[in-house]
Amino acid sequence: MIDLLYIYIFVLAAFVGYEVISRVPVILHTPLMSGSNFVHGVVLVGSMWALAHASTPFQLVLGFLAVLLGAANAAGGYVVTERMLGMFAAKSDAKPAAKEA
Amino acid sequence: MTWVINGVYLVVAVLFILGLKAMSSPKTAKRGIAWAGVGMVLATVATFFIPAEDGSLLFFAPGKTINLVLCLIALAIGAGAAAYLGKVVKMTDMPQMVAIYNGMGGGAAALIAAVEFTSAEPPTGVHAVLAMMGAFIGSVAFSGSVLAWAKLQGVMKKAVRWPVQNLGNVLHTLVTLGLGIAIVIVGPHPILVIAFFLMSLILGLALTSPIGGADMPVVISLLNAFTGLAVGLEGYVLGNPALIIAGIVVGAAGTLLTQLMAKAMNRPLTNVLFAPITGEAQGG
Repeated sequence: MIDLLYIYIFVLAAFVGYEVISRVPVILHTPLMSGSNFVHGVVLVGSMWALAHASTPFQLVLGFLAVLLGAANAAGGYVVTERMLGMFAAKSDAKPAAKEA
Repeated sequence: MTWVINGVYLVVAVLFILGLKAMSSPKTAKRGIAWAGVGMVLATVATFFIPAEDGSLLFFAPGKTINLVLCLIALAIGAGAAAYLGKVVKMTDMPQMVAIYNGMGGGAAALIAAVEFTSAEPPTGVHAVLAMMGAFIGSVAFSGSVLAWAKLQGVMKKAVRWPVQNLGNVLHTLVTLGLGIAIVIVGPHPILVIAFFLMSLILGLALTSPIGGADMPVVISLLNAFTGLAVGLEGYVLGNPALIIAGIVVGAAGTLLTQLMAKAMNRPLTNVLFAPITGEAQGG
Protein backbone atom coordinates (compact mmCIF):
# COMPACT_ATOMS: atom_id res chain seq x y z
CA MET A 1 0.00 0.00 0.00
CA ILE A 2 2.78 2.41 0.93
CA ASP A 3 4.56 1.54 -2.32
CA LEU A 4 1.41 2.44 -4.22
CA LEU A 5 1.23 5.79 -2.43
CA TYR A 6 4.83 6.48 -3.46
CA ILE A 7 3.84 5.86 -7.08
CA TYR A 8 1.03 8.42 -6.65
CA ILE A 9 3.56 10.94 -5.29
CA PHE A 10 5.91 10.10 -8.16
CA VAL A 11 3.34 10.76 -10.88
CA LEU A 12 1.84 13.89 -9.29
CA ALA A 13 5.30 15.37 -8.65
CA ALA A 14 6.12 14.94 -12.36
CA PHE A 15 3.04 17.01 -13.28
CA VAL A 16 3.97 19.66 -10.70
CA GLY A 17 7.49 19.92 -12.12
CA TYR A 18 6.19 20.34 -15.64
CA GLU A 19 3.57 22.89 -14.60
CA VAL A 20 5.68 24.95 -12.23
CA ILE A 21 8.13 26.27 -14.82
CA SER A 22 5.98 26.18 -17.96
CA ARG A 23 6.05 29.96 -18.45
CA VAL A 24 9.70 30.77 -17.80
CA PRO A 25 11.26 33.58 -19.89
CA VAL A 26 14.43 32.76 -21.88
CA ILE A 27 16.60 35.03 -19.71
CA LEU A 28 15.85 32.86 -16.66
CA HIS A 29 16.72 29.54 -18.31
CA THR A 30 20.24 29.28 -16.89
CA PRO A 31 19.42 30.56 -13.35
CA LEU A 32 16.48 28.16 -13.21
CA MET A 33 18.69 25.28 -14.31
CA SER A 34 21.03 26.23 -11.50
CA GLY A 35 18.10 26.58 -9.07
CA SER A 36 16.73 23.13 -9.89
CA ASN A 37 20.29 21.81 -9.59
CA PHE A 38 20.24 23.17 -6.03
CA VAL A 39 16.85 21.57 -5.27
CA HIS A 40 18.03 18.06 -6.15
CA GLY A 41 20.81 18.68 -3.62
CA VAL A 42 18.22 17.28 -1.20
CA VAL A 43 19.90 14.00 -2.18
CA LEU A 44 22.00 14.96 0.87
CA VAL A 45 19.14 13.70 3.06
CA GLY A 46 19.38 10.29 1.39
CA SER A 47 23.18 10.32 1.70
CA MET A 48 22.95 11.03 5.43
CA TRP A 49 20.42 8.23 5.79
CA ALA A 50 22.77 5.84 3.96
CA LEU A 51 25.74 6.87 6.12
CA ALA A 52 23.69 6.49 9.29
CA HIS A 53 22.81 2.91 8.30
CA ALA A 54 26.35 2.00 7.19
CA SER A 55 27.76 -0.89 9.24
CA THR A 56 30.93 -2.10 7.46
CA PRO A 57 34.05 0.05 6.88
CA PHE A 58 33.45 -0.13 3.11
CA GLN A 59 29.90 1.14 3.58
CA LEU A 60 31.17 3.93 5.83
CA VAL A 61 33.48 5.03 3.00
CA LEU A 62 30.64 4.94 0.45
CA GLY A 63 28.34 6.82 2.82
CA PHE A 64 31.02 9.39 3.66
CA LEU A 65 31.58 10.09 -0.06
CA ALA A 66 27.81 10.28 -0.63
CA VAL A 67 27.41 12.92 2.11
CA LEU A 68 30.45 14.80 0.80
CA LEU A 69 29.05 14.95 -2.74
CA GLY A 70 25.49 15.67 -1.60
CA ALA A 71 26.62 18.53 0.65
CA ALA A 72 28.67 19.99 -2.20
CA ASN A 73 25.68 19.76 -4.55
CA ALA A 74 23.45 21.61 -2.06
CA ALA A 75 25.90 24.28 -0.86
CA GLY A 76 27.51 24.90 -4.25
CA GLY A 77 24.16 24.95 -6.01
CA TYR A 78 22.84 27.56 -3.59
CA VAL A 79 25.83 29.90 -3.84
CA VAL A 80 25.98 29.71 -7.65
CA THR A 81 22.23 30.28 -8.06
CA GLU A 82 22.23 33.20 -5.66
CA ARG A 83 25.11 34.85 -7.50
CA MET A 84 23.40 34.39 -10.87
CA LEU A 85 20.13 35.81 -9.60
CA GLY A 86 21.98 38.62 -7.87
CA MET A 87 23.34 39.78 -11.21
CA PHE A 88 19.93 39.38 -12.72
CA ALA A 89 18.16 41.37 -10.00
CA ALA A 90 20.58 44.27 -10.46
CA LYS A 91 19.75 44.32 -14.16
CA SER A 92 15.99 43.96 -13.79
CA ASP A 93 15.82 46.86 -11.31
CA ALA A 94 16.72 49.15 -14.18
CA LYS A 95 14.57 47.45 -16.79
CA PRO A 96 11.02 47.83 -15.36
CA ALA A 97 11.71 51.49 -14.69
CA ALA A 98 12.68 51.96 -18.32
CA LYS A 99 9.55 50.20 -19.46
CA GLU A 100 7.25 52.32 -17.32
CA ALA A 101 8.80 55.56 -18.46
CA MET B 1 9.09 11.84 16.44
CA THR B 2 8.42 10.21 13.07
CA TRP B 3 5.41 12.48 12.70
CA VAL B 4 7.45 15.61 13.32
CA ILE B 5 10.17 14.54 10.87
CA ASN B 6 7.63 13.71 8.16
CA GLY B 7 5.88 17.02 8.79
CA VAL B 8 9.17 18.85 8.31
CA TYR B 9 9.84 16.94 5.07
CA LEU B 10 6.39 17.96 3.80
CA VAL B 11 7.15 21.63 4.54
CA VAL B 12 10.49 21.17 2.75
CA ALA B 13 8.78 19.78 -0.36
CA VAL B 14 6.35 22.72 -0.41
CA LEU B 15 9.20 25.23 0.00
CA PHE B 16 11.08 23.64 -2.92
CA ILE B 17 8.06 23.80 -5.23
CA LEU B 18 7.22 27.39 -4.23
CA GLY B 19 10.89 28.29 -4.65
CA LEU B 20 11.05 26.85 -8.17
CA LYS B 21 7.79 28.59 -9.05
CA ALA B 22 9.19 31.90 -7.81
CA MET B 23 12.45 31.34 -9.69
CA SER B 24 10.59 31.09 -13.00
CA SER B 25 9.55 34.77 -12.86
CA PRO B 26 12.04 37.68 -12.95
CA LYS B 27 10.33 39.64 -10.16
CA THR B 28 10.30 36.86 -7.58
CA ALA B 29 13.40 34.88 -8.59
CA LYS B 30 15.61 36.03 -5.69
CA ARG B 31 12.91 35.17 -3.17
CA GLY B 32 12.64 31.71 -4.76
CA ILE B 33 16.21 30.62 -4.05
CA ALA B 34 15.90 31.91 -0.46
CA TRP B 35 12.80 29.77 0.16
CA ALA B 36 14.44 26.70 -1.35
CA GLY B 37 17.50 27.41 0.82
CA VAL B 38 15.39 27.46 4.00
CA GLY B 39 13.90 24.14 2.85
CA MET B 40 17.35 22.59 2.44
CA VAL B 41 18.48 23.67 5.93
CA LEU B 42 15.27 22.29 7.47
CA ALA B 43 15.68 18.98 5.62
CA THR B 44 19.31 18.58 6.71
CA VAL B 45 18.61 19.38 10.37
CA ALA B 46 15.55 17.10 10.48
CA THR B 47 17.60 14.20 9.10
CA PHE B 48 19.79 14.20 12.24
CA PHE B 49 16.67 13.30 14.23
CA ILE B 50 15.47 10.31 12.19
CA PRO B 51 14.31 7.68 14.69
CA ALA B 52 15.83 4.18 14.52
CA GLU B 53 13.76 0.99 14.70
CA ASP B 54 14.18 0.73 18.48
CA GLY B 55 12.92 4.26 19.08
CA SER B 56 16.27 5.92 19.76
CA LEU B 57 17.67 8.47 17.33
CA LEU B 58 19.49 6.77 14.46
CA PHE B 59 22.57 9.01 14.50
CA PHE B 60 22.79 8.99 18.32
CA ALA B 61 22.23 5.28 18.90
CA PRO B 62 25.02 3.32 20.63
CA GLY B 63 27.84 2.38 18.23
CA LYS B 64 26.85 5.07 15.73
CA THR B 65 29.28 7.71 16.98
CA ILE B 66 31.65 7.04 14.09
CA ASN B 67 28.78 7.48 11.59
CA LEU B 68 27.81 10.79 13.21
CA VAL B 69 31.38 12.10 13.27
CA LEU B 70 31.99 11.07 9.63
CA CYS B 71 28.71 12.72 8.64
CA LEU B 72 29.65 16.02 10.30
CA ILE B 73 33.13 15.98 8.72
CA ALA B 74 31.72 15.22 5.25
CA LEU B 75 29.10 17.95 5.65
CA ALA B 76 31.68 20.53 6.73
CA ILE B 77 34.20 19.70 3.97
CA GLY B 78 31.66 19.22 1.16
CA ALA B 79 29.53 22.27 1.92
CA GLY B 80 32.48 24.47 2.89
CA ALA B 81 34.60 23.72 -0.19
CA ALA B 82 31.67 23.96 -2.62
CA ALA B 83 30.36 27.21 -1.14
CA TYR B 84 33.85 28.75 -1.18
CA LEU B 85 34.52 27.72 -4.81
CA GLY B 86 31.07 28.93 -5.83
CA LYS B 87 31.81 32.34 -4.29
CA VAL B 88 35.26 32.92 -5.80
CA VAL B 89 34.71 31.53 -9.30
CA LYS B 90 34.47 34.03 -12.17
CA MET B 91 30.95 34.87 -13.36
CA THR B 92 31.79 33.54 -16.84
CA ASP B 93 32.74 30.16 -15.33
CA MET B 94 29.33 29.65 -13.75
CA PRO B 95 27.92 27.09 -16.25
CA GLN B 96 30.68 24.57 -15.52
CA MET B 97 30.14 25.08 -11.77
CA VAL B 98 26.49 24.10 -12.27
CA ALA B 99 27.73 21.07 -14.23
CA ILE B 100 30.16 19.88 -11.57
CA TYR B 101 27.72 20.37 -8.67
CA ASN B 102 25.06 18.56 -10.67
CA GLY B 103 27.48 15.71 -11.25
CA MET B 104 28.11 15.49 -7.52
CA GLY B 105 24.38 15.13 -6.90
CA GLY B 106 24.24 12.30 -9.44
CA GLY B 107 27.25 10.66 -7.82
CA ALA B 108 25.61 10.91 -4.40
CA ALA B 109 22.48 9.19 -5.73
CA ALA B 110 24.61 6.40 -7.24
CA LEU B 111 26.53 5.99 -3.96
CA ILE B 112 23.28 5.67 -1.99
CA ALA B 113 22.35 2.78 -4.29
CA ALA B 114 25.85 1.30 -3.78
CA VAL B 115 25.31 1.37 0.01
CA GLU B 116 21.94 -0.34 -0.50
CA PHE B 117 23.44 -3.07 -2.70
CA THR B 118 26.27 -3.78 -0.25
CA SER B 119 24.05 -3.90 2.84
CA ALA B 120 23.25 -7.11 4.71
CA GLU B 121 19.69 -7.00 3.36
CA PRO B 122 19.96 -5.74 -0.23
CA PRO B 123 16.74 -4.44 -1.83
CA THR B 124 14.60 -6.97 -3.70
CA GLY B 125 11.83 -6.85 -6.31
CA VAL B 126 10.55 -3.39 -7.28
CA HIS B 127 12.98 -1.72 -4.85
CA ALA B 128 15.95 -3.47 -6.47
CA VAL B 129 14.80 -2.38 -9.94
CA LEU B 130 14.39 1.25 -8.85
CA ALA B 131 17.68 1.30 -6.90
CA MET B 132 19.41 -0.08 -10.00
CA MET B 133 17.78 2.51 -12.30
CA GLY B 134 18.72 5.30 -9.90
CA ALA B 135 22.31 4.06 -9.78
CA PHE B 136 22.43 3.85 -13.59
CA ILE B 137 21.01 7.34 -14.20
CA GLY B 138 23.00 8.87 -11.33
CA SER B 139 26.29 7.40 -12.61
CA VAL B 140 25.63 8.63 -16.16
CA ALA B 141 24.79 12.10 -14.77
CA PHE B 142 27.99 12.04 -12.69
CA SER B 143 30.51 11.14 -15.40
CA GLY B 144 28.62 13.13 -18.07
CA SER B 145 28.67 16.24 -15.89
CA VAL B 146 32.36 15.87 -15.09
CA LEU B 147 33.08 15.70 -18.83
CA ALA B 148 30.80 18.71 -19.46
CA TRP B 149 32.77 20.58 -16.79
CA ALA B 150 36.07 19.56 -18.42
CA LYS B 151 34.91 20.85 -21.81
CA LEU B 152 33.64 24.20 -20.54
CA GLN B 153 36.71 24.64 -18.35
CA GLY B 154 38.88 24.06 -21.41
CA VAL B 155 40.54 20.96 -19.93
CA MET B 156 39.22 18.95 -22.85
CA LYS B 157 38.91 21.08 -25.95
CA LYS B 158 37.64 18.94 -28.81
CA ALA B 159 34.44 17.05 -29.37
CA VAL B 160 35.33 13.37 -29.75
CA ARG B 161 33.41 11.41 -32.34
CA TRP B 162 33.92 7.95 -33.70
CA PRO B 163 32.18 5.79 -36.33
CA VAL B 164 28.83 4.16 -35.54
CA GLN B 165 28.79 6.11 -32.29
CA ASN B 166 25.03 6.16 -31.83
CA LEU B 167 24.69 2.43 -32.50
CA GLY B 168 27.59 1.80 -30.10
CA ASN B 169 25.88 3.87 -27.40
CA VAL B 170 22.62 1.97 -27.84
CA LEU B 171 24.46 -1.36 -27.47
CA HIS B 172 26.42 0.01 -24.50
CA THR B 173 23.15 1.05 -22.82
CA LEU B 174 21.60 -2.39 -23.43
CA VAL B 175 24.63 -4.23 -21.98
CA THR B 176 24.66 -1.95 -18.92
CA LEU B 177 20.95 -2.44 -18.30
CA GLY B 178 21.47 -6.18 -18.85
CA LEU B 179 24.03 -6.16 -16.02
CA GLY B 180 21.54 -4.20 -13.90
CA ILE B 181 18.79 -6.75 -14.55
CA ALA B 182 21.24 -9.53 -13.66
CA ILE B 183 21.84 -7.78 -10.31
CA VAL B 184 18.10 -7.61 -9.70
CA ILE B 185 17.60 -11.32 -10.55
CA VAL B 186 20.66 -13.07 -9.04
CA GLY B 187 21.37 -10.50 -6.30
CA PRO B 188 24.18 -7.95 -5.92
CA HIS B 189 27.22 -10.11 -6.67
CA PRO B 190 30.30 -7.85 -6.24
CA ILE B 191 31.64 -8.47 -9.77
CA LEU B 192 28.25 -7.69 -11.32
CA VAL B 193 27.89 -4.51 -9.24
CA ILE B 194 31.39 -3.25 -10.12
CA ALA B 195 30.91 -4.01 -13.84
CA PHE B 196 27.50 -2.32 -13.76
CA PHE B 197 28.80 0.89 -12.17
CA LEU B 198 31.85 1.00 -14.47
CA MET B 199 29.73 0.54 -17.59
CA SER B 200 27.30 3.25 -16.40
CA LEU B 201 30.14 5.70 -15.77
CA ILE B 202 31.70 5.04 -19.18
CA LEU B 203 28.30 5.49 -20.85
CA GLY B 204 28.04 8.99 -19.36
CA LEU B 205 31.39 9.87 -20.97
CA ALA B 206 30.44 8.28 -24.30
CA LEU B 207 27.14 10.18 -24.49
CA THR B 208 28.67 13.58 -23.65
CA SER B 209 31.99 13.42 -25.54
CA PRO B 210 30.64 14.03 -29.10
CA ILE B 211 28.80 17.20 -28.08
CA GLY B 212 30.44 20.56 -28.75
CA GLY B 213 31.00 23.33 -26.20
CA ALA B 214 28.30 25.63 -27.57
CA ASP B 215 25.62 22.99 -26.97
CA MET B 216 26.85 22.19 -23.45
CA PRO B 217 24.23 24.25 -21.52
CA VAL B 218 21.47 22.14 -23.07
CA VAL B 219 23.33 18.95 -22.16
CA ILE B 220 23.95 20.16 -18.60
CA SER B 221 20.24 20.89 -18.29
CA LEU B 222 19.46 17.35 -19.46
CA LEU B 223 21.99 15.82 -17.04
CA ASN B 224 20.39 18.00 -14.34
CA ALA B 225 17.04 16.38 -15.11
CA PHE B 226 18.78 12.97 -15.00
CA THR B 227 20.13 13.65 -11.52
CA GLY B 228 16.67 14.76 -10.38
CA LEU B 229 15.22 11.47 -11.64
CA ALA B 230 17.99 9.45 -9.96
CA VAL B 231 17.35 11.27 -6.66
CA GLY B 232 13.62 10.59 -6.98
CA LEU B 233 14.22 6.87 -7.61
CA GLU B 234 16.56 6.55 -4.61
CA GLY B 235 13.94 8.45 -2.56
CA TYR B 236 11.48 5.71 -3.45
CA VAL B 237 13.92 3.00 -2.36
CA LEU B 238 14.63 4.79 0.94
CA GLY B 239 10.93 5.55 1.44
CA ASN B 240 11.54 9.29 1.76
CA PRO B 241 8.76 11.40 0.16
CA ALA B 242 10.85 14.61 0.31
CA LEU B 243 13.46 13.02 -1.97
CA ILE B 244 10.79 11.63 -4.30
CA ILE B 245 8.99 14.98 -4.65
CA ALA B 246 12.09 17.18 -5.00
CA GLY B 247 13.80 14.70 -7.34
CA ILE B 248 10.87 14.09 -9.66
CA VAL B 249 9.83 17.77 -9.74
CA VAL B 250 13.38 18.61 -10.86
CA GLY B 251 13.36 15.66 -13.28
CA ALA B 252 10.19 16.91 -14.98
CA ALA B 253 11.05 20.61 -14.79
CA GLY B 254 14.56 19.89 -16.06
CA THR B 255 13.23 17.91 -19.02
CA LEU B 256 10.90 20.75 -19.98
CA LEU B 257 13.67 23.32 -19.44
CA THR B 258 15.99 21.29 -21.70
CA GLN B 259 13.40 21.40 -24.48
CA LEU B 260 12.86 25.13 -23.97
CA MET B 261 16.62 25.79 -24.10
CA ALA B 262 17.04 23.78 -27.30
CA LYS B 263 14.07 25.66 -28.77
CA ALA B 264 15.60 29.02 -27.78
CA MET B 265 18.70 27.99 -29.75
CA ASN B 266 16.47 27.13 -32.70
CA ARG B 267 17.67 23.53 -32.70
CA PRO B 268 15.66 20.40 -32.10
CA LEU B 269 16.93 18.50 -29.03
CA THR B 270 17.65 15.35 -31.07
CA ASN B 271 19.97 17.44 -33.25
CA VAL B 272 21.96 18.58 -30.20
CA LEU B 273 22.28 15.10 -28.75
CA PHE B 274 22.62 12.91 -31.82
CA ALA B 275 24.17 15.25 -34.38
CA PRO B 276 26.90 12.71 -35.32
CA ILE B 277 24.26 10.50 -36.91
CA THR B 278 23.08 13.28 -39.23
CA GLY B 279 26.62 14.52 -39.76
CA GLU B 280 25.44 18.09 -39.24
CA ALA B 281 28.04 20.62 -38.18
CA GLN B 282 27.78 22.00 -34.67
CA GLY B 283 29.48 24.50 -32.44
CA GLY B 284 32.47 23.41 -30.48
